[in-house]
Amino acid sequence: MIFKILFRNAFRHKLRTFLTVCGMAVAILSFGLLRTVIDAWYIGVEASSETRLVTRNSISLIFRLPLSYRDTIRQIDGVETVSYGNWFGGYYIDQKDFFANFAVEPHSYLELYPEYVIPDGQKVKFTSDRKGCLVGKKLADRFGWNLGDTITLTGTIFPGKWDFILRGIYEGRNKNIDETLFFFHWNYLNESIKKLQSTLKDHVGFYIIGIENPYIAAETSEAVDESFKNSLAETLTETEKAFQLGFVAMSEAIIKAIQLISLVVIFIILIVVANTMGMSVRERIGEYAVFKTLGFRTRQISLLIIGESMVITVFGGITGIIMTFPAAMGFSMAVGRFFPVFNITWETMCLDLAVTVTVGLLAGIFPAYRAVTVRIAEGLRRIG
Amino acid sequence: MSLLFFYSLRNLLTRRLTTILTASGMALVVFVFASIIMLAEGLKKTLVETGSSNNVVTLRKSAETEVQSRIDRYQASILETLPEIALGEDGQRIFAKELLVLITMQKKHSDGIANVIIRGTGKHSLSLRPQVKLIKGRIPRRGTSEIIVGQSVAKRFKNTGLQQTLSFAMRSWNIVGIFDAGDTGFSSEIWGDADQLMQSFRRQTYSSIIFRLRNPDLLKELKTFISKDPRLTLSILREKDYYLKQSETMSTFLRILGISLTLIFSIGAVVGAMITMFAAVANRTAEIGTLRALGFQRKSILFAFLLESLILGFFGGCAGLLFASLLQLVTVSTMNFQTFSELAFSFSITPGIIIKSMTFSLFMGFAGGLLPAFRASRMNIVDSLREV
Repeated sequence: MIFKILFRNAFRHKLRTFLTVCGMAVAILSFGLLRTVIDAWYIGVEASSETRLVTRNSISLIFRLPLSYRDTIRQIDGVETVSYGNWFGGYYIDQKDFFANFAVEPHSYLELYPEYVIPDGQKVKFTSDRKGCLVGKKLADRFGWNLGDTITLTGTIFPGKWDFILRGIYEGRNKNIDETLFFFHWNYLNESIKKLQSTLKDHVGFYIIGIENPYIAAETSEAVDESFKNSLAETLTETEKAFQLGFVAMSEAIIKAIQLISLVVIFIILIVVANTMGMSVRERIGEYAVFKTLGFRTRQISLLIIGESMVITVFGGITGIIMTFPAAMGFSMAVGRFFPVFNITWETMCLDLAVTVTVGLLAGIFPAYRAVTVRIAEGLRRIG
Repeated sequence: MSLLFFYSLRNLLTRRLTTILTASGMALVVFVFASIIMLAEGLKKTLVETGSSNNVVTLRKSAETEVQSRIDRYQASILETLPEIALGEDGQRIFAKELLVLITMQKKHSDGIANVIIRGTGKHSLSLRPQVKLIKGRIPRRGTSEIIVGQSVAKRFKNTGLQQTLSFAMRSWNIVGIFDAGDTGFSSEIWGDADQLMQSFRRQTYSSIIFRLRNPDLLKELKTFISKDPRLTLSILREKDYYLKQSETMSTFLRILGISLTLIFSIGAVVGAMITMFAAVANRTAEIGTLRALGFQRKSILFAFLLESLILGFFGGCAGLLFASLLQLVTVSTMNFQTFSELAFSFSITPGIIIKSMTFSLFMGFAGGLLPAFRASRMNIVDSLREV
């Protein structure tokens, strides 16, 4: 009985209810999208492993470390694997088509990153071909590369045109893995540098260290940094997570702004829905007076009104959640180069629902209060 | 005509709460719209003002930013002899060989760290950039480990006050001055002596070479000359263009974010306006009938209701812009994706942004009011008069 009244009431004013549902859906859509943008920002942090450390020059990332550090690091207790690489910073055809590209030591690097799944045959081919490169599936799809293609990158840090042969395409083990990276052999880079600028040879941009278990991360980092104290290239070692977080923290201001906007969005919906509910109640104040005359309790009347606003918001909320998926697809196409991974998480959906319910409650409370406190005689006199 | 205008205005005033709610919904949308565009604009302004059109930046070919570029001393000395370089008051060429590196520094108010640009400067670096003014302390002596810091750096990072020392590259550097470069990117930099810094960082090469042209139109010839000279592997750009390019990625991102957000939001706001206007029409059926009976035409009725929602939009727009303009007091610092270094800039409002936001807001009012106003004007006189 009560549910019947709720639904009937909610859809009494078809056009208005439809509009409110629309507004609600749009708001939930934008809220969900914003959350997804923020998640995309943190994806590198999410995907980082507990058992990997990153060592870089303590001055900043643009300074390099000698290759000879590799053997020193290897002897430190708790270190299992050491890999190293350089940020290459090249681009394919157009500077605007940005993607990350690294020169790495292939064997140890792939050992440290089991989340990059490569078909076995391709793995062997990539590691044995000095000019070979390995790219993520999304990146290969974006430029339409096939195995065996020659890809030419233009260097920005290391000048010149660099030719690579595509030997492997990796896929992420799960949805959070960035599939837009480009890897090639560090040796290839190093030998070419020898010809160009001999001062830069045998230097790496970063070391990736695999450790036995996450509990010794802090000690191992300290031990590594201790080994190179007071040398020409002091190091800074931290867990991969901290390293990625550092990057995120640098664009903190924008993230904060986006979070603020999400709050504003919720506020907008609240206003729109509350406004609608206020109108409906104002129109039907006479009816509520009749209800009261019939002996309905305060509780039941407020339940009627809050229930109605819940019906409307939940409808809108669910529509909004469904609409988030195609919207995220479109957004990801527009800004794909900023965010390699763009997934809508369960958390976002649950938050969407929570917001929906909260808005439904809040928007219903004020009109309900008015309907409950109105004097019967006055309510009956009003013709809305 | 004025009668109708007051009719619309009074109608809005009678249902105050609804009007305020609808207008504030619109105001919020306009606020978000304006603030994101202002942010992109502020970033651009900062970087555009950083460069001047008489100065030229020389980088190694294919390097996009000063950080990536390396120019050896041999090429630098060839450049120094170019006849196109302007002469300063002291009769010397206004020409600076600079070094640019990033160092990681601790922020003051959070545990965060950020990359800060440290610029090794030459004798003429200051005269090349008249916008850089010392506000505290003195100019560092050449050939010593004295440095001056930009105002935004001094505000946001630890140990950057006057007379304090910073330690990097195995040396201590004394801060002898703080400079202000207005709204430009230089305010987010630290300046020291190029040769001293190169020694400490063990770098053999400069990052960039800046000089002033005797006449701004000479750039083209110079470009041809450099591209023909086999000894020079350099690219040369007007300083203004160089800095504008650095803002591209970030402002594109902000613009896409801003436009997609406001597109979505505006639907919500239009819906809100529509609900309000439909309710207004429904509430006033009898009034509309009366107006029509008095001889007002359909057109006038349509106009009156459209006007009402336009007024809503106008108020919303004004309120939104008012709050957005307060943001000008806020300085944002964030990492520029292109240079990986921290840059401070503020929201900046331009007449263009004001016009855009107002148009947008009025359009929302118009879109929200069109259908309800149309419905009001199509009403049948007799039926509407019967409504109580």
